[in-house]
Amino acid sequence: MIKQTPLAKVHRKLGARMVDFGGWDMPVFYTNVIEEHKITRKKAGLFDICHMGEIKITGPKSKELVQMVVTKNIEKMPIGKIYLAVMCNQKGGIIDDLTIYKIAENDYLFVTNAGTKNKDYAHILKTKKKLGLTNTQVKVKDISKQTAKLDIQGPKSKLILKQLTKVNLDSLKFYTFKQGKLLNTDAIISRSGYTGELGYELYFEAKSAKKIWNNFLKAGEKYGIQPIGLGARDTLRLECGMNLYGHEINEKINPLIARYRWVVDFDKNFVGKKALSKIKEKGLSKQLVGFEMIGAGIARHNYSIIKNNNKIGYVTSGTYSPTLGKPIGLGYVSKKFQKPGTEIEIEIRNNKTKAKIIKLPFYKRR
Amino acid sequence: MSKPNPKELFYTKEHEWVKINQDTAILGVTDHAQELLTDLVFVELPKIGQEIKQDKSFAIVESVKSVSDVYAPISGKIIEINQALNDEPGLINQDAFNKGWIAKIKISNKKELDKLMNSKKYTEYCKKEEH
Repeated sequence: MIKQTPLAKVHRKLGARMVDFGGWDMPVFYTNVIEEHKITRKKAGLFDICHMGEIKITGPKSKELVQMVVTKNIEKMPIGKIYLAVMCNQKGGIIDDLTIYKIAENDYLFVTNAGTKNKDYAHILKTKKKLGLTNTQVKVKDISKQTAKLDIQGPKSKLILKQLTKVNLDSLKFYTFKQGKLLNTDAIISRSGYTGELGYELYFEAKSAKKIWNNFLKAGEKYGIQPIGLGARDTLRLECGMNLYGHEINEKINPLIARYRWVVDFDKNFVGKKALSKIKEKGLSKQLVGFEMIGAGIARHNYSIIKNNNKIGYVTSGTYSPTLGKPIGLGYVSKKFQKPGTEIEIEIRNNKTKAKIIKLPFYKRR
Repeated sequence: MSKPNPKELFYTKEHEWVKINQDTAILGVTDHAQELLTDLVFVELPKIGQEIKQDKSFAIVESVKSVSDVYAPISGKIIEINQALNDEPGLINQDAFNKGWIAKIKISNKKELDKLMNSKKYTEYCKKEEH
C-alpha cells in the first residue's frame, strides 16, 4: 500500500499533483516546477519532507556504533552540530547518504532517505550485533513514523520562521541546530537544507504537522511563501550539485568517486574501509562531474556520455535549470575526461548532442 | 481548467489535434495535454520531408521532469515545422491550439481521419479520463 505523510490531504486540497515517489504519495508540484523553483530562490518555499527517515541511536556505547556505521569521524563531534555522512557496505558501496545530529552525549539522530530507511536500519542493527553490543549499551530506534519533517528554504525563511519560534535564529550557524518550541510543539530547528539557499529543516511530532504547515503558510503569506513539490526540490538540489540517492549514488557507487571523499575519514575504522582503501590505492577509474548542454536537448538519467565515438560514461541526473535557463546534468565520466572545459557529447535518442563539463556547483547563493 | 477544444479540429486519445485544410493538415497537442505535461522546456521537432505514420511518434516534448512522445494523428509528409518552438517551447502551454502548433503535413490518407474523435467526443473522453 502506498504510504502517506500526515499532509497528503492538505496537498490535495492545495491542488497538488500527487505522484508515487518510491512508495510515498507525494506532491510533485502545486503550480508548476519552474515557478516553485524560482520562488524558493527568491522568496521562501515550504516542503513536506515527512517521508524521510529518522533513526535514533542512544546509550553509553552509541558513539562506538555510529563510528563503525558511518564514514565520517564523529569522535570530536560537538553537541548541536550536524554532519553529512555516508553509510557503506563491506565493498565500499553507498548504502545511504544521511545527516547525523548530535543531540546530546550518547544521543544521535540519523536522518535518512525515505527509500533507504529500512535497509539503513537493518544495516545499523547488523553492525551493532557484529560489535557485540547489547540493548543496554546501545538502543537503535526507528522514529520515522511519529516524526514530522518540514523544510523552509529561501531568503525569507528566517523572517517567517521567527514568527513561529522564539529560538534565536541569528546565532544559529550553518549545519547546526537548536531544540526549542515551534508554536507550542517541541522541535529540532536545524539550519540546513537541500536547496543551496538560506533555510531550515524542522523536526517535531507528526500529529502537529498540519497545524505547523498551515501556520507557516499563513505567517509567510506577506513574504510570498509557497508550498513546493518534489519536482522543484530535485531541480534545486541539482543546481547545487548535490547527490540524490538512486541517481548519483547507490550500492555500486563508492563515496570517493561521488564527490563524497571529504566525508570519508581513513584514520578511523568503519564498515567498508578496507574496500575503500583498496579502491583508493588502485586509483579511481571514474568521477562524478557536472555538465551543461551546448547543443539543443536535455540529458536524462542513464543517457550515454560520448567522447570521440566512445562511451566514456553516463548521465545520473539531467534537467532544465530554471535559474540558469539552460539544460544541465550530472554524470560519471572516465577519469581522464573529468576536467572542466572538456567537450563531450550526450546521446539523446540516437543523436549525439554537444555538451561541456563545467565546475560544480552550477549555482551558488551570493 | 482546460480551454475549450475547437470544433473544427479532430483529436486522438493521446491528446493530439489535427486541423485539416484540403490536402494539408496542421498538427499539435491539445490544451488538456499541455496541462498534463506542465511547463515545457524543450521540443524536438520533426524534419521537413520526413514521412510520419499515424499513431507513431513524430515529435518529443519535455518538461523539467518528463520526456513525452507526440504521436501523429494521421500519416503524411512534413512540409513545415514550427521553428518558434525551438526558442519558446512554452508557446504550447500558452496557446496549444494556435501558436503552439508543431508541424504541417501533406496528408497521405484522409481515411485515417475516421479513427479520430470530434471535439464533442474528445471533451467527453477527457472528462472520463479524469475520473
